[in-house]
Order: sequence, then C-alpha cells, then structure tokens
Amino acid sequence: MRIPRIMAIVAIAVLIPAVALSGCAGGKDKTTLRVGFITPLTGDVKTFGESTKNGFLLAMEQAGITAEKGGKIGNVPVKLFIQDDRNDVTEGVNVATKLINENKVQAIIGSVTSKVTIPITKVTNDAKVVQLTSTATSPKVTVEDGKRKPYAFRACFIDPFQGTVGAKFALNNLKAKTAAILYDQSNDYTIGLSQYFKEAFEKGGGKVVQMSAYATADVDFSAVLTQIAKLKPDILYLPDYYQKVSLIGKQARVKGIKATFLGGDGWDSGELDFKVMDGGYFTNHYSPDDPRPIVQDFIKAYKAKYGSVPDALATLAYDATNMLISAVKQVQSNDPEKIREALGTMTFNAVSGDIKNDANGNPIKAAAILQIKDGKQKYVATVSP
Amino acid sequence: MIEAINQVLNGLQLGLVYALIALGYTMVYGIIRLINFAHGDVFMVGAFIAFISTVNWHLPFYIAVPLSMLICAALGVIIERLAYRPLRYAARIAALISAIGVSLLIEYGGSLKFVFGPNYRVVPQPFSVVQWDLSGISVSNIQVIVLVTVVILLAGLQYLVARTKTGKAMRAVSFDHDAARLMGINVDAIISYTFALGSALAAAGGVLYSVAYPQINPFMGIMPGLKAFTAAVLGGIGSIPGAMLGALIMGQVDVLSAAYISSQLRDAIAFTILILVLLVKPSGLLGKTGPEKV
Repeated sequence: MRIPRIMAIVAIAVLIPAVALSGCAGGKDKTTLRVGFITPLTGDVKTFGESTKNGFLLAMEQAGITAEKGGKIGNVPVKLFIQDDRNDVTEGVNVATKLINENKVQAIIGSVTSKVTIPITKVTNDAKVVQLTSTATSPKVTVEDGKRKPYAFRACFIDPFQGTVGAKFALNNLKAKTAAILYDQSNDYTIGLSQYFKEAFEKGGGKVVQMSAYATADVDFSAVLTQIAKLKPDILYLPDYYQKVSLIGKQARVKGIKATFLGGDGWDSGELDFKVMDGGYFTNHYSPDDPRPIVQDFIKAYKAKYGSVPDALATLAYDATNMLISAVKQVQSNDPEKIREALGTMTFNAVSGDIKNDANGNPIKAAAILQIKDGKQKYVATVSP
Repeated sequence: MIEAINQVLNGLQLGLVYALIALGYTMVYGIIRLINFAHGDVFMVGAFIAFISTVNWHLPFYIAVPLSMLICAALGVIIERLAYRPLRYAARIAALISAIGVSLLIEYGGSLKFVFGPNYRVVPQPFSVVQWDLSGISVSNIQVIVLVTVVILLAGLQYLVARTKTGKAMRAVSFDHDAARLMGINVDAIISYTFALGSALAAAGGVLYSVAYPQINPFMGIMPGLKAFTAAVLGGIGSIPGAMLGALIMGQVDVLSAAYISSQLRDAIAFTILILVLLVKPSGLLGKTGPEKV
C-alpha cells in the first residue's frame, strides 16, 4: 500500500506544476489574437466549405499568416484554429464551444450557412467573442427577436434583399407573370428567400400560383411537381442549396415543367447539375466578370494558388477575413470589444462590392444576377439596393 | 382526374421501392421474430455499391445491380452471424438493441472518409429519361423500369418461398425452430439464407431508389427504412403479401398526402398510420391473428 501512495504523491507533485505551467503558457500570450474558423468541409454543402476555406487561407496568407505557424497583424500575433461543422447545427455549436473554451479564441469566422451560423451566434455573443460570417444571409444572424446581437457581423447581403432582387429580376427582365415556390420548411435560409420573393413578386403584380414546403430529408418531389406541372408557372423559384436544387430540377423536367428555374446564392457550386439547371438564373454576391481591379487582382491571386476561378463563397470568405484583418490593424489589439467597435463603424473596400454596415450589422451592397448556360455561369446584370 | 391518376402513378413508383425493403423486414421477422433495424442501411449500402461500381469501376449497370445485391446478401449474412446469432436465445430486447447498434454502425461507418464519405453524391442516370404522354397521363421510363424490376424480383421471391425445398424449409423454420430442427432442417443455414435474400432485395431497392431519386448519402436509408417498416407492420409483419400490400398503400399515402393534404405533413401522416395500426390492429391487414409470440 505504501508504494502506490508514494507514487500518487509523486504524480501530484509532477502534475500540479505542469498544470500551473500550462496556465502560465496561456497567460504568456495575452496579446495573441486567436482566430477560429468554422466551415463545412464535409456533408451536403462541402464545396461551400472548401471554397470558403480557400478564400480564408488566401486572405490570411496575403497578410503573412499561415494555418500552421500563425503570423502577425501589425504588432498583434495571430493563431488560427480550423474546424469542420459538416453543415450540422449540433456540430456547429459543439465546435464553436470548443474553440471558445479550449482554444480561447477572441474571434470566429464562420460558418457558411444560416442554419448553422444562427445558433453559433448565440454561443459567441454569450461569450463576447466576435463572429464574422462570410455567407450566412438570414436576418436572424445579426438580429433576433428585434434585438441586435452585438458581436455578430457578416460580409454578405441578407435574404430579404436577395429574395426581392430575384422577384424584381423575374418581373422586369424575364417578364414573368406567375411563379411557383418550393422551399425547405426547416431551413431559415430557404424560408427567408421564398417569403421575400413572394412578397416582392406579388407587390410587383405577379402571381404566386403555388408555394410548397418539403422536409430536408425528402427526395421524392413527384406529388408537388405534378401539381405544379398542371399550373404551368413562368418561374419555378428554388432557393435551396445546389444538391437539393439539382435533384428537384431533374424531377421537375421529368414531370414536364418548362418554367425557368430561379434561385439564390445556394446554387453557386461546381457540383450544381449544370445540364439540368441550364437556362436558370440565380442571385449572387459577385461575378468573376466584374472588371474592377480589386476583383481581377483577387481572381489572379486565387487562380495562382488554387488553379480555379473563385466562386462567391471564396470571395466572401476572402472579404470577411480581410474585414477582420483590417479591423485588427486599426485597433492593434486582440480585445474583442475594440474589434467589434471597429467592425461596426468602418467602410470596407471589398471584392464583392464596398461594405458599409447598417445599424443591424448588415452590409449595404449590390447583387449580381448570373445565368447557368452551357455548363458555365454567365454574368447577366448587377442590381443595386 | 388526370392529375389524380398521375399522382397515383407517382405513389406506385414509391410504393414499389418500399415493397422491396418491406419484404426484407417481414421475412426476417417471420423467421426469427426480430425487427432488423439495420435493414434500411443495407438498402443504403446497396445504392452506394451500385454507384461505386458504375462510377469508379466503370462497370455496366446490368452488372452493377447483381453485384450490389450479392455484396449486400453477404453483408446481411455477416450482420446476422455477428450481431444476431449470438443473441438468438437471449431476451428479445437484446437482439433489438443489437439491431439498432448495427444500424448506427453502418451509417456512421459509411460516413467515414475511407468508406463512402459523408458527402451527398449525385448518381449518374444509367439511361436517359424518356417521358411518354398518354393524353395527359405522364409515364416515364424510370417508372416502367421500377415496375418491371420489382415484379420480376417478386415473382422470383414467390417462386423461391413457395416452390423450392429451401423455401419450404424457410416456412417450416418460421413456424417452429425446434420442430424444424427435429425434421433435419439446418436452421442456422436457413436463417442466413433468409437474411441474404432480404438484403439482396433491399440492395435492389436501393439501386432503384437511387435511379428514381438520383442522390445518395450514408443516411439515406433511415427514412425509406422507417416507411417500409411501417408498411410491413401495416400489412401484417411476417406476411409476404402483407408487406407488398402495405408498401403499395404507404407509397400512395406518402404521395397523396403530399399532393392533397400538405407536403409538410407527409411524414407525420405516414407515422400516424403506424401508431394507429399498432393500437387498433397490431396484426396488420393480412397478418395472422392469434397469440403473439413476442
């Protein structure tokens, strides 16, 4: 019995200083800005996550910061922590909690979709950690129940604007009179887009002949599509992500629906079924055909690093990351309070159009309309708010 | 009226696929009184193997389907051997928990990057879709292919169960294990055979499902599995014609409730039926009444 007791004492004697030391280690880099990055690298929208990560890493690299070694913004040392949320709400909250409690981050960039980002904003605002999402377009990301979440920011425009622009484009440019809408009943993003599309479309004199919801796990849309085929609408509005949209689009054509497909930024992926969606339009954050030098410089740098043209997700991630970097540059501190103030007030010259936040932390900026044509995305128009 | 006919055809297509899954549930239940919750996941594995063998191995479709059925048959036998046989004479609940465990193992194992990966895959159509318009009623070649395949498989199954010696042994085992063993039937082999047969049908169902609704992921088996389970209970679990009938009804319920009641309530309506059947007529439409063994 004696020996184990001695060993226990020895173990404690070794452990206590170890714990104390690790505490010191944490205390030593009080000035370090620890940045968490949350993105879906696997799951149903993995191309979103990959593009977003590319944009994030490119912006960081241009500022001299790498994922492995970190770097510095001015005098502020920076460390990065990258996490995968699989586009899953629970997983998103888990990794955010882990970043805050274990990695002690002061700022989080992410996530990509509204459904994951909204619950994360709760965690970050409770912990007073700055959160900057690149592409979560739901109004609920920054404002919930009429209350501004002071630590949440974004680099993209919001759903009301996107839905409204889609409706205006359908009415004015496509001369559409009738539309049918299909949306996911459990996804804030598609609910938001379809609501605002409907509102604006009807206000402009159009008629929404059918609006139907489906569950996220649904793969059989035959019933609803058979009804829509009978109604012969001019537009079929599909504001979901590329996988679901491709699946619905395919079944819609099989059911003989000839309507023009219209959607939102969820379509922006190389894995969209270009053959099925050919001729369809979608609202997006940017177009690579934009001639502004900031856009072309970014495209050149992105191509050199990854060998492909950046999509809107990569672009917005690049913008969001640069927003954070310039805010930190401005305040020269890792204090979330100061970074938050700087983000709220600054005007930022971004690739996806100049970003100036309104009182609710929502950027005021223009939208691009793109068409799916011959296996490519074609730039059609820019619509300003 | 024409729209209603179209909707019934949509429901028929879905119901036929459910039938292939429901048969596996009902056969396994009939023979060892176990609800094999991993069955929906065997369905998923079937769809993935067909996908991998056509896309990655470039096998033609008519080879990919039997190959996927074969591999899933083996998978079914392995599941039975490892997860159910050791528990055959344990409490019923033990085997049931084991079944749920196997189901989760296949789903999350399948999501691992070196297995199938967690991503959604778009299944390339093995043939181009043709749409026929018969005075307003639209029929696609996919619907015809689903119908023909299912009818062939069912006829084959009916023949196996009713006309062959193994089928006779299966029926004997389902009546009474011990008496069957006394008659010289190798009960373990017959049970393995039943699992192989049920799993092969589930694999065929998975392939047809992924052709009709061309997108697959490791969790795709959960919902069809539950619907098919409901179908098997509705038809009378343990009864092969019952599973068939139940599945056709479930297909119609699914599509017609989405079309005429609410697309948001389709799953709720389907599972309300499950609860009602269990409350009102637990033996199902064509099931045997009498003392329940469970």
